[in-house]
Amino acid sequence: MKKLSIGASALLSALFAAPSFANLPQLVATSTISGGDTAWMLTSTALVLFMTIPGLALFYAGMVRKKNVLSTLMQSFAICAMITVLWAVIGYSLAFMPGNPYIGGLDRLFLDGMLYLKDEAKLTVHPLAASIPEGVFMMFQMTFAIITPALIAGAFAERMKFSSMMVFMALWSLLVYVPVAHWVWAPGGWMADHGVLDFAGGTVVHINAGIAGLVAALVLGKRIGYGREAMAPHNLVLTMVGASMLWVGWFGFNAGSAVAADGRAAMAMVATQVATGMAALAWMAAEWIAKGKPSVLGIVSGAVAGLVAITPAAGFVDAKGALAIGLISGLLCYWTATSLKHMLKYDDSLDAFGVHGVGGLVGAILTGVFAVKEIGGVEGSVMTQTVGALATAVYCAIVTFALLKIIEAVMGLRVSEEEEREGLDVALHGERIE
Amino acid sequence: MKLVSAIIKPFKLDEVREALSAIGVQGITVTEVKGFGRQKGHTELYRGAEYVVDFLPKVKLEIAIANELLDQVVESIESAARTGKIGDGKIFVMDLEQVVRIRTGETGADAV
Repeated sequence: MKKLSIGASALLSALFAAPSFANLPQLVATSTISGGDTAWMLTSTALVLFMTIPGLALFYAGMVRKKNVLSTLMQSFAICAMITVLWAVIGYSLAFMPGNPYIGGLDRLFLDGMLYLKDEAKLTVHPLAASIPEGVFMMFQMTFAIITPALIAGAFAERMKFSSMMVFMALWSLLVYVPVAHWVWAPGGWMADHGVLDFAGGTVVHINAGIAGLVAALVLGKRIGYGREAMAPHNLVLTMVGASMLWVGWFGFNAGSAVAADGRAAMAMVATQVATGMAALAWMAAEWIAKGKPSVLGIVSGAVAGLVAITPAAGFVDAKGALAIGLISGLLCYWTATSLKHMLKYDDSLDAFGVHGVGGLVGAILTGVFAVKEIGGVEGSVMTQTVGALATAVYCAIVTFALLKIIEAVMGLRVSEEEEREGLDVALHGERIE
Repeated sequence: MKLVSAIIKPFKLDEVREALSAIGVQGITVTEVKGFGRQKGHTELYRGAEYVVDFLPKVKLEIAIANELLDQVVESIESAARTGKIGDGKIFVMDLEQVVRIRTGETGADAV
């Protein structure tokens, strides 16, 4: 009996290694909080939320056919609401509380213990963000947890059942996003300990979403008529407006990931803008040369590819590195979305993989090439970055595949052929735009 | 009486309407239509996916007139709608058996 309990406790301690007390949020005096940092992080949080609703929602909605506009908008909005609740209940705790290298603890279930005590003039701060209230840090991270599943939705646009989508996103968030965020960002996470650099979420957000998108596109199969019927975007004005909101919101995403209003945030902002401009030009130029015309959809896609690729590198690279990352990501994402996809014949409707997966992988690996020690305080390693990117991709692909297969068996993934032809707006939501 | 039906480029509609008013035409019916002729369609390209658009947008005019106006009407439409480039459209002329003005019950040439 004793032996058993020792065995059990060894197992327990291996699973839930005694959290080092230093990594738990500390109760500190409110006077230690920086007003400047807090103001910037409140702003950044709002900016990143704005990226999903309405930014990403519009970006995607403009690219679908008129009969699927509302269902596409609905996906982003419903994911936003659902992940908000999940993050507050358990997601934040499992991602950012001390636990073992693979998953966090339960110290913040229902956000219990996240304190602001007015009379004692005390509040809790997270060790990753000592100069801002824990509440702001938790909210900032929540907006990242929201946008990641919303990005995946681009891969299966125009054909997935709304109910299955909600179940999938809830499970995916807890089984993929939360652990990977813990590995990469939480103190004691195994990738963080191995020196994997991911400033603002190239691995956690973009590789994760892109790979999940690719797997989803493959498991769900093509849209009816794909490759035979015209599936032209119904309104690229929405797409351009959405892409612009993503661009602006990304300053919260990247410069906000400095978690302070400081010089590093400034460097991240510079790198973000420069890489994005370069990538937009690269895609536009490649398309102009190869196909004869520079398109609006092309240049905005290039901008998003650049934003994705600079995400892990912002805060580690200088302007020259940003230019190089922008150029390479713009060209590679152009090739993936316009050529590779058609060669391999998968239907990633809105190029969640082509832009976010490829851009994320390019950015993660190039961060190892272009990291400047004077800026980020660390040397980059291509090997470490590649291991981090591939480990995330493999884990994400396996769990995503398993989740989709289970959901398919239990409740199905796709709408019926009739519903797909009629359009998801009327079939699933009983509404239409005109 | 004649019924003139003309397919023209949409941006020429105002010029044609003005030309017809100038020669005393009292009414026109306008419809937005799509079709193809020798101009054929064009291709659109979205992230590498190429779509051939076969049917181009055009405007169709229908004008009921007395016989003596016919030559003037056809000439006016022809000169106002012409750009000289492919896709300018066509004019069809048909005999018109009967016209009724609904409000007054007038028929024939009085109703045109």
